[in-house]
Amino acid sequence: MADGTMTRSFTIRFKGADRPVTCDESQKVLIAMEQAFPDSRLQPVRVGCRQGGCGACRVKVTKGDYTTAKMSRAHVTEAEQAQGYALACRIYPQSDMEIESAFLGPRRAPKGQN
Amino acid sequence: MSQEGLLRPGIAQIRVLDMDEAITHYVERIGLDMVGKGEDGRVYLKGYDEFHHHSVVLREADTAGIDFFAFKADSQQSVDAFRKRIEAYGLEVDDVPAGEQPGTGARIGFTVPSGHRIELFAHMDLSDQAPDTRNPYIWKSEPRGMRAQRMDHCLLYGPNIDKVEEFFTQVLDFHLPERVDLPDGTLAIWMTVSNKAHDIAFVNHPEPGKLHHLAFFLENWNDIGHAADLMSRYDISRDVGPTRHGITRGQTIYFFDPSGNRNEVFAGGYTAYKDHPVRVWDHNNVGRGIFYYERQLNDAFLSVVT
Repeated sequence: MADGTMTRSFTIRFKGADRPVTCDESQKVLIAMEQAFPDSRLQPVRVGCRQGGCGACRVKVTKGDYTTAKMSRAHVTEAEQAQGYALACRIYPQSDMEIESAFLGPRRAPKGQN
Repeated sequence: MSQEGLLRPGIAQIRVLDMDEAITHYVERIGLDMVGKGEDGRVYLKGYDEFHHHSVVLREADTAGIDFFAFKADSQQSVDAFRKRIEAYGLEVDDVPAGEQPGTGARIGFTVPSGHRIELFAHMDLSDQAPDTRNPYIWKSEPRGMRAQRMDHCLLYGPNIDKVEEFFTQVLDFHLPERVDLPDGTLAIWMTVSNKAHDIAFVNHPEPGKLHHLAFFLENWNDIGHAADLMSRYDISRDVGPTRHGITRGQTIYFFDPSGNRNEVFAGGYTAYKDHPVRVWDHNNVGRGIFYYERQLNDAFLSVVT
């Protein structure tokens, strides 16, 4: 672009999806996934609140770099975050990525139990 | 007055991940007025048509969800009498001193069998931003954002819903306008302490203490449409709607705050008197009960909570 501000975009591969998803570096991975798979039955990651609170889009990043916005520690602890767990609605790609769903379901015991 | 004991929902304290984003959402978008910020960082809000000091409290935390939901009673004598009945039922009651929240008297608190903390209180100061009462205009200054008149009700998710129904109806004197009974048990109950279709509702869910949504009352269907316009303009995460509930008959949009707590804007709804029979929905029709136009439940309704 003439002003030199190029938006970088990356290829995100979701386990179980039939095709990769393109995601800009300024775009949350979950939103790019929803745009690529508008039919919820075909989505490789569940969509919930899209705001980091409910845990529906909990994923494990198996490859690639990304930045993370604030998300509920009920769903991704600091230790889990260090292992590559994240909420897809809170991460922005910094490279091509490979992601798989790590949804825990509603039966996860609250903190202090389990 | 003929309504004695508990009068109405009084306070919802909600956990948010980022206070600045939450204030923009609840004040600029939903249209609540910010009435104060405590030394501990909690933010106090009220709807433009609410008389008392506050109805919504935001607390910054590392998880989303609800800390407690409180009902206002007609007198301290009523609160004291409820305390005896709650303890006799077998729940432990604790005290929150007057002034723990600004303008608010002493509260009692207890955990119901679904894992939610419920509180009761008798006193809250009138707000200096309260609606006029002498030759009033419909509002003092034009409402902002989605024009929420008041905090209206909440829907909570947790286990032991039969016990919850027993406690609210037998101990706290709620009545139950509507329910969903599945072949394997009760899925959901809508209960009221007033004659609104619901002041609080519960859905059976394995994990205790969860929030499904906190609802705000709008004047009419046109305002629901205006709220939807704002959601597209400001890229607010929308769940379902605009649509209508068969249950309560309210007109509605479900959407999410910036921390993932579900909100509802709600208009209409029938009037529920204590002598009315209970409306009952079965598993073949529950979709129409929850979303009257879509006539089916979506996955998010049953599973996405904070």
